[in-house]
Amino acid sequence: MDYIIEMLGIRKEFGTFVANDNITLQLKKGEIHALLGENGAGKSTLMNVLFGLYQPEAGEIKVKGKTVKVTDPNVANDLGIGMVHQHFMLVENFTVTENIILGNELTKAGIVNIKDAAKKIQKLSEMYGLNVDPNAKIEDISVGMQQRVEILKTLYRGADILIFDEPTASLTPQEINELIQIMKRLIQEGKSIILITHKLKEIMDVSDRVTVIRKGEGIGTVVTAETNPNELASLMVGRQVEFKTVKSEANPTDDTLVIKDLVVTDYRGIDKVKGLNLTVRKGEILGIAGIDGNGQSELIEAITGLRKSKSGSVTINGINVTNKKPRKITESGVGHIPQDRHKHGLVLDFSIGHNIALQTYYQDPISKNGIMNYSKVSELAQKIINDFDVRTQGEHTPARALSGGNQQKAIIGREVIRDPELLIAALPTRGLDVGAIEFIHQRLIEQRDNGKAVLLLSFELDEVMNVSDRIAVIYDGQIIDTLLPKETSEQELGLLMAGQKVNSNISTQGETTHVE
Amino acid sequence: MSNRLVNILVPVISVILGLLVGAIVMLVSGYDPVAGYAALWNGIFGDAYAIGETIRQITPYLLAGLSVAFAFRTGLFNIGVEGQLLVGWFAASYVGIAFDLPMYIHLPFAIIAAALAGAAWGFIPGLLKAKLQVHEVIVTIMMNYIALHTTNALIKVVSDGGDNTGTINASASLKSAFFESITDYSRLHYGIFIALAMVLLMWFILEKTTTGYELKAVGFNKHASEYAGMNVNKNIILSMVISGAFAGLAGAMEALGTFQYANVKGGFTGIGFDGIAVALLGANSPLGVIFGAVLFGSLKYGALNMPNEAGIPVEIVSIVIAIIIFFVACGYVIRYFLEKANKKKEAK
Repeated sequence: MDYIIEMLGIRKEFGTFVANDNITLQLKKGEIHALLGENGAGKSTLMNVLFGLYQPEAGEIKVKGKTVKVTDPNVANDLGIGMVHQHFMLVENFTVTENIILGNELTKAGIVNIKDAAKKIQKLSEMYGLNVDPNAKIEDISVGMQQRVEILKTLYRGADILIFDEPTASLTPQEINELIQIMKRLIQEGKSIILITHKLKEIMDVSDRVTVIRKGEGIGTVVTAETNPNELASLMVGRQVEFKTVKSEANPTDDTLVIKDLVVTDYRGIDKVKGLNLTVRKGEILGIAGIDGNGQSELIEAITGLRKSKSGSVTINGINVTNKKPRKITESGVGHIPQDRHKHGLVLDFSIGHNIALQTYYQDPISKNGIMNYSKVSELAQKIINDFDVRTQGEHTPARALSGGNQQKAIIGREVIRDPELLIAALPTRGLDVGAIEFIHQRLIEQRDNGKAVLLLSFELDEVMNVSDRIAVIYDGQIIDTLLPKETSEQELGLLMAGQKVNSNISTQGETTHVE
Repeated sequence: MSNRLVNILVPVISVILGLLVGAIVMLVSGYDPVAGYAALWNGIFGDAYAIGETIRQITPYLLAGLSVAFAFRTGLFNIGVEGQLLVGWFAASYVGIAFDLPMYIHLPFAIIAAALAGAAWGFIPGLLKAKLQVHEVIVTIMMNYIALHTTNALIKVVSDGGDNTGTINASASLKSAFFESITDYSRLHYGIFIALAMVLLMWFILEKTTTGYELKAVGFNKHASEYAGMNVNKNIILSMVISGAFAGLAGAMEALGTFQYANVKGGFTGIGFDGIAVALLGANSPLGVIFGAVLFGSLKYGALNMPNEAGIPVEIVSIVIAIIIFFVACGYVIRYFLEKANKKKEAK
């Protein structure tokens, strides 16, 4: 039998909504099979059907040629199907071993046998080149390592078929490379992989075949070697997609945001931003490139007032806003698309309409004398839903029910419609599909063209290179260089991000550049 | 089956199931469930007096339920309603006795004193939560004991060592001659109007004001609220203060309406704790609190008639009442089965 898993003509409905319609996915033994689709296209639904969380209305699932009924996740486990979730399901203050054996503990006379389990995990880790320390605590290891623990968890339970759900969403470029190596190793050892993603580059790098779904419908399966990113993108969204962001030359004028010698500590009181200097001007997009953990989050939090800075100053259009309250800073003309849209950007249990009022609820005309005018909230919500293409059943839908891309569009709408002098966009396209990314990039450029300043923080080099007019590289809490995108390369940026200052100082454009 | 029908069916089926299981308990214990439930019915609706007393019993439950529900809606668990009610009770009684004013000043004064006392009792856990991250559950539980023994001591001081403050002045009383006349001299008082007005007020605050918008936002997501420039600490304190004020008003109902005095208590009244169940039964919505309070108040008061009329021991009565409430609280289980049955029907 050729295929290890076959999902044939799967249909899944939720009420009147068809989430999956006639989707066929056939996984060969020993291949990496990518499942490609926009956010909300039905990828997760399909995998939840395979994993036994949902029962399909039509279609058939075969494992190793035999028709099976996956009634719950335990059945999937027994069939050797394991899932590496996008959001890790780990107990922070347990060790790696404790996490892996959780729910499947080896016992000796009723006592958990941690030692043997740790040995077994060590062996598995070596076999697949995962390099995980079984005795480390989860809270002490990096996100990349945590993901490997999730992989080990499925292997420990004897999985032959691994489903990776958006595995690179929270990884740094280095970690992504390592993950790709791990996936190749898994294949060598006889495992099969389904990779859920909307990142075309990864698909081209690692997969053997690709199954594309669009708006719940199975579009077809193509061999990776016989296709290209452009074709995949148009299959996915159903139209031509521009990869190179189209934009005119920037016309920067006066300084909007000026940061001088800023020092910010993290929650433990350790300096994360160490005397940083940065200027963003009207009519330009300044991109901050850097590896996660070099002080980016603390920097953004300090600018927006969510965190107190230790010393230094932040001025916006000449007004000193250092350590001012968030509302004061917002009112001095700052729009902020936060890094973590679930934690900071939205009140998930509020309707999408209520969320759209989050920054302006206390102002005329949304409220008067402390009384909310919910019909004005509705008007504003309708406007944003239309103008920013937020796909939702309506303004009364809870924000939680929207897909990530639509949540993000709502946030961007809320921030942009106030027409801020400075728009701070922190990882604005994280986890979004190409269609949404394109849309968001255009909006950022539009702000710039209207003469506003835009500060873009991103971990994706492509994004920084494509969208920014200038790139500031952050390393260890300082801007170590400022470059023009057309005068630099990914290699140079990569080196700078790793802290290696190159001698050719390309362009600083009046920026005070800090060199260690 | 429409959503609306399900929403109506769920509580009805819950109550019927509760009554059935309660009947089994009575049968097994050797009592006649028909007589038992007849006595319960008569205890609630039997005559004008019973109806008056039932509504009187519902009044403090309404306010205690509002108190818990309001805090819940803003993400806080106020278990201190009992204590806030006790200080409100004492404050209203004290004002009722110590002053001699015209009614239009005296009565509002006594009511507001109770609300303020409850608010102050809610302010302390709110402040501790906001400034020092002390969990409000621990603080409010302890505040209950402090309230119980402090008010007992104060009553002794006020009454020169007695165990009762003495009756409040008529100018501070919620007593209603009209209600007395139509309910055969039950203790039903005008407080029910205050309680219903407060239901309206809670709905208004939560659904119509910017304050309510902030309180709900903070309750759902502190981080996003802070990011949106809201003062999270202020909102936590405010929520506890308003919640405490509702509880204080529940105390005023007892002081100025039902009892007309405050007396030394050996233990808690239980109204504050039942308020938690009232709020949860009503899904923390203002309208739901009315439903919860009516159910709780009716059962509690009607049950008193079961030992008298049907000879069922108090202990069995307590079990039966608890079972009925239990089934209502499990409404979501019934909803689950209803929806499942619904799906099957649609599939066919």
